[in-house]
Amino acid sequence: MVASQRSPVPPSVVAEIPLMELPPGASARVVSVSGADSEAPAGVGRRLAELGFLPGEAVRIVARGLLSGAPIAVRIGTGTFALRLFEAACIRVRPEQPQFR
Amino acid sequence: MDAARSAPLPLIALVGNPNCGKTALFNILTGSRQKVANYAGVTVERKEGSHLTSSGRRIRVLDLPGAYSLDPLTPDEQITTDVLFGRRAGETAPDFVVCVTDATNLRQNLRLVLSLKRLGLPMVVALNMTDMARRKGIVIDADRLASELGVPVVETVGVKTHGVRELIQVLDVTPMPRRCGTTGSWQPLSAADIELDQSEVRRILGVVGGAGLDGVTFSDRLDALVLHPFLGPAILALILFLVFQAVFAWAQWPMDAIKLGVASFGDWLGAALPQSLLRGLLIDGILAGIGSVLVFLPQIIILFFFILILEDSGYLPRAAFLLDRVMGSVGLSGRAFIPLLSSFACAIPGIMATRTIQNPRDRLATIMIAPLMTCSARLPVYALIIGAFIPRRVVWGGLELQGVVLFALYIAGVAGAMAVAFVLKLTTGKSGGLQALMLELPAYHWPNLRNLGIGLWQRVEIFLSRVATIILALMVILWALSTFPAPPPGATGPAIQYSIAGHLGAWLAVLFKPIGFNWQISIALVPGLAAREVAVGALGTVYALSAGNDVSSALTPLIAQSWSLPTALSLLAWYVFAPQCLSTLATVKRETNSWRYPIIMAAYLFALAYLGSWITFRVATALA
Repeated sequence: MVASQRSPVPPSVVAEIPLMELPPGASARVVSVSGADSEAPAGVGRRLAELGFLPGEAVRIVARGLLSGAPIAVRIGTGTFALRLFEAACIRVRPEQPQFR
Repeated sequence: MDAARSAPLPLIALVGNPNCGKTALFNILTGSRQKVANYAGVTVERKEGSHLTSSGRRIRVLDLPGAYSLDPLTPDEQITTDVLFGRRAGETAPDFVVCVTDATNLRQNLRLVLSLKRLGLPMVVALNMTDMARRKGIVIDADRLASELGVPVVETVGVKTHGVRELIQVLDVTPMPRRCGTTGSWQPLSAADIELDQSEVRRILGVVGGAGLDGVTFSDRLDALVLHPFLGPAILALILFLVFQAVFAWAQWPMDAIKLGVASFGDWLGAALPQSLLRGLLIDGILAGIGSVLVFLPQIIILFFFILILEDSGYLPRAAFLLDRVMGSVGLSGRAFIPLLSSFACAIPGIMATRTIQNPRDRLATIMIAPLMTCSARLPVYALIIGAFIPRRVVWGGLELQGVVLFALYIAGVAGAMAVAFVLKLTTGKSGGLQALMLELPAYHWPNLRNLGIGLWQRVEIFLSRVATIILALMVILWALSTFPAPPPGATGPAIQYSIAGHLGAWLAVLFKPIGFNWQISIALVPGLAAREVAVGALGTVYALSAGNDVSSALTPLIAQSWSLPTALSLLAWYVFAPQCLSTLATVKRETNSWRYPIIMAAYLFALAYLGSWITFRVATALA
């Protein structure tokens, strides 16, 4: 879990979360994109980067599918992409405003 | 090409991200009419045209599939990089690159510009869709962008003919010596390289403007409805239903007009010509056959009217989003949706569009099920049988029963495709891993009326040229086979029974009897292999010859009398599944580079069709 990895974080910085946990409509910034630690096939992390999912870029969930919440429509920069869950799982983000969870 | 070698013309290539308007620019530069639409992956081939500059210089222009980077992941991107790097057999690298960018999405598009710059090819950046950017309040300093990038930048509006004036001027004055070689070496970008490029893009956007607005756009507000978990699927179902209702409801009067026209022409011809072999050929062979196909033109136009609007508005990728769960559950890539949807027009462009699918297994699975999508050539067959056997009646609060049945047939094809995909998933899915989606949802825009007009006119041209060539030729051959040899003296039955086609039909009828087809249907299926709608024309000809009167306008009542309902339903089931199209099989051969897959495809589709028809016929007979 995220909590275990963020011991010395300044109180003003919001914890990073997987993209899937971002509530629809909330803004966030990409922290990291990596296909290495997910079940995604090789090349997914790289392609996501080529689509613009790069650290520092603004992201927002535009819509989620019925039932399991997949696929998701994600605004990245000025473009929007539909992603399956295993693709979204490669992306970690940091919400812009503190999340009260 | 010898001509090209003796007088080497400069070769320019249009390169850019998917859906940034390359083909629209190509069409203006070369006077072509290649398909443009609002989704990524419309162009999956290398297309060539030529442009004559105002000073009289001729330039070869290449339109290429869109690419997100120069490290290709999909077969269509591979085509683009192969052309750029001069790796295609018999072709050198382009002498000049027009890098097309979407001015509303520079944050994404400029990374490819930086990559292309690294290739070292002479280039110009076309800042396309500047009209749309301006409307969104995005102001870009093009001169500043040019100095930051170190390459010329021109503003273009690809949907307007005068929108490319600046680009044409640049092409006119830029010297483009033939380089006739390959492009310098290319090192694939690492993730860190991509990040570095993006910080450079951010820096440039900070200087020239055009960073884009982070706020909620019109497309976002529309997406809140269209992609809504409950409303979205309801809207999709409503749109599809409306299309099929319209295909029957709106087509009635133009169809009646065509029928009347063909019938009065037949009457006039019949009265003007003496009883002769020629009169038989013209009226029973050509007019009966062609007339019965021509009647369905209005329905095809209506279907394409809706398809083109959906394609141009940007709705198609949204439909892919909504149906992605279904696609994923049967082991299909999310990117399979658009190729499959294209197959509703014709399986051939649909199969070619699978080049946008990265994983070879996923691509093959999509190719194998594409022919189960009901293509427009099947529409005349469906419409003929529905018109003859399903009463024009309003059911369940205003729905037209014929439209409901047509909708059900399309659904049957889709359900069959999903079932086949599921079987493929069970047998081959493990090797493929997870199937990708990563589909761009472009900003919505109003369908361009000029594109709509051109698109519809192209469909009319395709349909009429098929009628005038392949269908006409087959009708003449069929008429000859059905007329000769002439019946022996003292024969009692209709002449066609003694002809070659009559004998052939009698043999085939043995094969098709278990599924309820009579000998007339059995004959009509054979020319229907060349083009599905020919089966309708063939029925027209066969019945004209066996009934002895003009049926060019009256095929519907004739089959309504002479077929049983189980036979009609069985034929519908046959057409849902049967591989009645040789060009599709040829395309599968070309795209998979092997005879194996077209053979497997034909075999499984025939088996499915026979089984489906057999069950339909038995069940319908038992119930009747």
